[in-house]
Amino acid sequence: MKRLAPYLLILPGGLWLAIFLVVPMVFMASVSTQEGDMVNGFVQTFNFSVYGDALALYQTQFLRSAGYGLVATAVSVALAYPMAYWIAFKGGARKSTYLLLVLLPFFVSFVLRTVSWKFLLADDGMILGPLKATGLVPDDFHVLQTTVAVIGGLVYNYLPFMILPIYVALERVDPRVVEAAQDLYAARRQAFTKVVLPLSLPGVFAGVLMTFVPMTADYVNAGILGGPENTMIGNIIQTKYLVNNDYPTAAALSFTLMAAMLVGIFAYAKVLGTENVLEAAAR
Amino acid sequence: MSTMTPQKTTAPATRVRGGSRLGDRVLKVYVWLILAWLFLPIAVMIVFGFNDTRSKSNVTWQGFTFKWWGRLGDYPELTLAVQNSLQIAVLSTVITTVLGTLMGLALGRYRFRGQGATNLVMFAAIASPELVMGASLLSLFISGGVQTGFVTVVVAHVLFSLSFVAITVRARVIGLDPSIEEAARDLGASTWVTFWRVTFPMILPGVVAGALLAFALSIDDFVITQFTSGALQTFPLWIWGATRIGVPPQVNIIGTLIFAIGVAIAVFNTVISRRRT
Repeated sequence: MKRLAPYLLILPGGLWLAIFLVVPMVFMASVSTQEGDMVNGFVQTFNFSVYGDALALYQTQFLRSAGYGLVATAVSVALAYPMAYWIAFKGGARKSTYLLLVLLPFFVSFVLRTVSWKFLLADDGMILGPLKATGLVPDDFHVLQTTVAVIGGLVYNYLPFMILPIYVALERVDPRVVEAAQDLYAARRQAFTKVVLPLSLPGVFAGVLMTFVPMTADYVNAGILGGPENTMIGNIIQTKYLVNNDYPTAAALSFTLMAAMLVGIFAYAKVLGTENVLEAAAR
Repeated sequence: MSTMTPQKTTAPATRVRGGSRLGDRVLKVYVWLILAWLFLPIAVMIVFGFNDTRSKSNVTWQGFTFKWWGRLGDYPELTLAVQNSLQIAVLSTVITTVLGTLMGLALGRYRFRGQGATNLVMFAAIASPELVMGASLLSLFISGGVQTGFVTVVVAHVLFSLSFVAITVRARVIGLDPSIEEAARDLGASTWVTFWRVTFPMILPGVVAGALLAFALSIDDFVITQFTSGALQTFPLWIWGATRIGVPPQVNIIGTLIFAIGVAIAVFNTVISRRRT
């Protein structure tokens, strides 16, 4: 009984994860090689050509998603690091208050926050409207439906997922180590680049993982803030599944996206250790 | 421990030597600018719940009014969507909390074969993008001829919040002092009594934190819900659908109410945990 205890405890949740996480992947693979339509039904034909066709047709969106994800991740690191640094080292007794402030926006649905940005950035909205009225900005200038709007939205929505893991890593840096470096005549900048920065890199890695993957697969920002020029692969998959009911193509695209990401994620986790990334993710 | 005392006296000296107070001040301003940026759309949401707009679109400011607060139920489909969101959140939170607590206990208390595999699957559940989770679940439901709706959404919500609850509880279980349970057993308590009277009260803060997280994740989720909901509407789905025809002020008010409740819980939680330490 004692030996069985952990298995009995793990079983219900473990089964839930296995049945609804692992099994669906198999079914998605199966759907991707079917042929047919909504009226006549889908038949398994093991037609793998759908992968080649879909990739050829939507390689632009794939590349665009990867590009947007990379740029948005890089911008997020640049924005998040100084903020996490200041909270960890200078936040003092108010550290938890600052972290709470970083997390509070999550109490508003991210769709609603993105819609708010749409209002803010609209051509006659609260930001561009007055600027155009005073002639500071030309009349035909617009932000919505541009690459900048989509990447800005991505950074906005996922920035806290970058701040938190970097903060956790910086928080673990013992200030005495920094003092030791300074006692050994390291200048402020040297103490940072040789001591603090290397110690905080695991946090940066975790943050990159936490943001790059969901950003690249995101379709809400491109859907609300972007135009036809900024369509990401997520928008294609969503439309194929839920509007066109073109399940084989949609499944093939999702499967390709997932395979690319899983390879990356597991290579990444292998280097860093799953436990570490999990801990950072759960904070 | 004696090394802790001199540390206090060297701290101001370091600051003088660093001599970068201006840099710190600039950074502080920067932090507040980012926070302002994070809150800007929320401020817009709150303010535009009071906008005296005449058309269905609620984009330009037309004066202050309370009237929308009295007309919250003007859109029956919106009301239904909010009700659906709440019901799904409650049900999936209950299931997730029970399953996640059991997993957290097993992972924190025992070393067993398959632990690595469990960690791996939990990691995959957290790291895989929602789009892929939603798409694969929909593939499963299509292949199995399952009608998507309330039940499939609950299944999906339990799936994506389970790992978070398990990890939260595990952290609490690992922090427990095993001698307290031993003392209970020495005093003649059975395994069952020990669990409910000793262990459970001690891990309760972790369980509550996990449950709150699961509830928040559920009520906010858009992507997986869109893939698994079929014709069922939830609050985020309704907003997505309304962006094309205009989002009425009622959406802003409901968003504001959810935000206010969330802030109240978070502040309460912080105050409680601060008092404890």
